[in-house]
Amino acid sequence: MTITDFLFFVFAGMVIMSALGVVTSKNPVHSIMFLVLTFFCSAAIWLMLEAEFLAIILVLVYVGAVMVLFLFVVMMLDINIVKMRQGFVSYLPVGIAFAVVILAIMVWVVGPASPDVSNTAALHQAVTHGADYSNTKMLGKIIYTDYVLAFEIAAVILLVAIIAAISLTLRRRPGTKHQIPGEQIKVKRDDRLKIISMEAEVKK
Amino acid sequence: MQKIKHFFKSFLFWELFQGLSVTGKYLFAPKITIQYPEEKTPMSPRFRGLHALRRYANGEERCIACKLCEAVCPALAITIDSEERADGSRRTTRYEIDLFKCIYCGFCEEACPVDSIVETHIFEYHFEEHGKQVMTKQMLLEVGDKYEAVIAANKQADAVYR
Amino acid sequence: MIDHLIATGLAIWNWFPADWQTLLLILGKIILILIPLMLCVAYITYAERKIIGYMQIRIGPNRVGPRGWLQPIADAMKLLFKEVILPTKADKFLFLVAPVLSIMPALAAWAVIPFDHGVVLSNANAGLLYILALSSMGVYGIILAGWASNSKYAILSSLRAGAQMVAYEIAMGFALIGVLMASGSLNMGAIVDAQAGGISSWFIWPLMPMFFVYFISGVAETNRAPFDVAEGESEIVAGFHVEYSGMAFAVFFLAEYANIILISSLTALLFLGGWLSPFEGLTGANSWLGESSFFWFFAKACFFAFCFLWFRATFPRYRYDQIMRLGWKVFIPVTIVWIFVELIMVVAKIGPWSV
Repeated sequence: MTITDFLFFVFAGMVIMSALGVVTSKNPVHSIMFLVLTFFCSAAIWLMLEAEFLAIILVLVYVGAVMVLFLFVVMMLDINIVKMRQGFVSYLPVGIAFAVVILAIMVWVVGPASPDVSNTAALHQAVTHGADYSNTKMLGKIIYTDYVLAFEIAAVILLVAIIAAISLTLRRRPGTKHQIPGEQIKVKRDDRLKIISMEAEVKK
Repeated sequence: MQKIKHFFKSFLFWELFQGLSVTGKYLFAPKITIQYPEEKTPMSPRFRGLHALRRYANGEERCIACKLCEAVCPALAITIDSEERADGSRRTTRYEIDLFKCIYCGFCEEACPVDSIVETHIFEYHFEEHGKQVMTKQMLLEVGDKYEAVIAANKQADAVYR
Repeated sequence: MIDHLIATGLAIWNWFPADWQTLLLILGKIILILIPLMLCVAYITYAERKIIGYMQIRIGPNRVGPRGWLQPIADAMKLLFKEVILPTKADKFLFLVAPVLSIMPALAAWAVIPFDHGVVLSNANAGLLYILALSSMGVYGIILAGWASNSKYAILSSLRAGAQMVAYEIAMGFALIGVLMASGSLNMGAIVDAQAGGISSWFIWPLMPMFFVYFISGVAETNRAPFDVAEGESEIVAGFHVEYSGMAFAVFFLAEYANIILISSLTALLFLGGWLSPFEGLTGANSWLGESSFFWFFAKACFFAFCFLWFRATFPRYRYDQIMRLGWKVFIPVTIVWIFVELIMVVAKIGPWSV
């Protein structure tokens, strides 16, 4: 077993353990941290697959931004765990049904019936590149040539989503008092203060 | 015009650089720190530090137990008991100053008709146990005996202003 | 005797399998980077106290060792021997993990920082992205420390720090996009090489607004004055690390200063040509002034680290809503506008795109 294999098993094991941790831990903040760990370990596995751009973007976007906002929200929650668990038994059959469906799909895709990909020569050829191979550059070339339309459409959809989210929250409520920092920092001494010279008062 | 000027000033960090130049100048200014145990600031003869009880040149203690200091003390730090001595004069049997209560205002010194209680220039002292902060008559007299020359000189120097 | 020792050493070295040899080599390099870095961190605390002292017409620490040179060591020893107090209702695991999470990204980012031409732990192609990803992780330590302490001051601070870091992350990312466009590479070494050719071809000139946005965002990212609302002593005591003591507190401290050094070095690399000499091609060919070396990089990084301390001695703390305004309403538009300006420069072949 080479070090690369060893690292793969370490990270794969951590992905599974932390993914289990996400659903089993009682505290939502712990769940979030487990999810962060899951993302992080999957990023490490992607790195070993020479997909360094995707791996780093996974960390940058999900770990660095999305999960921070998640954590932000969850931190403020005051969840009554007892109350949440009350419906556990009644939800159980539905949950099990979904789990079975997902399991079935996974077996269908990667199970024994599907073609065996674990030991073909093509696979081994596909994942060996020199040190100068830049995953980022290759992705960029493909995205901006073959898939430029799909990429632009995705970008426009995201832009629409941003504008929609902002316009939903952007409302001027009457009666609220605002500070306008931009106006505040423009203020100069001379606008508000007048220094006049006058005779000193002398006690008579 | 003013607005345009302000716009450019804020984008060129004009005021920030002004501020930085001030601190930048002071980086090279001569430093005014006094290295305390080795260097000390000059001290006025009026300095009010640890208390002392003085004696006359013939060895007789000055204090006549008039209790003016006890009365004037705003912090109630002074406690005096007095009795008639064998020679018929009124003397203190107890003269205590609680240094934790004392605010070093110097009123006792001002009130004293015989220049007995004084505040010396000593300000570096400490206590290591509870209760040690109460200066007894014995301790006060000892301080007075030890620093009589300095106390007298300070009084002399200050006398012209009184 | 010495030959014998070398021979034994070589024998032990060859005994390791090839995989292990590379692993040990990398570990050795990591130690070679981290030990000087930690020393720098220790002495930047000393420099900070000294410089701020000088700016306030004081002389700063001068008691421990000659001229106070042993002060950081004394501080570290003191903190090492102090007890790490766990608040009663704190989340113990996260409370102890938070300092680690805050120092980890600050140290891991050094993997892709080149110190001289080719002197780098990992010459990664996506170096700049890697640094962006890691610097966005630093916020976890602060948020978790605030939450796990179970203290009101701490959680207020972690909310402030979280919002602030997310806001400035974006401006910082846009500023880096400017550098990317100018250099055409994500590799740190290639970015510096793209600035070769004397002081006039450094990226600071065509990317001046980006440079200021990047450095100021860097100050905000490290939660330093004047953006240190996260620790705002006058309002929330000490912010997220109010419940920490001993070495756990010291680790936060180390992380903050390691981040300062990181941001300073990055600014030097990305905008001031890293190890390249400013007099390149100006002086004689064999003059040491014209030669690019590690010392130029060190001097540039030191200047920016000094700026951090200078700012702290000069500027009063920003109000929270003004920080948010600066991040979202000033920096992000400025960077976007300048990316468009760059676009025009690329088309017109001005500046670094002239060839």
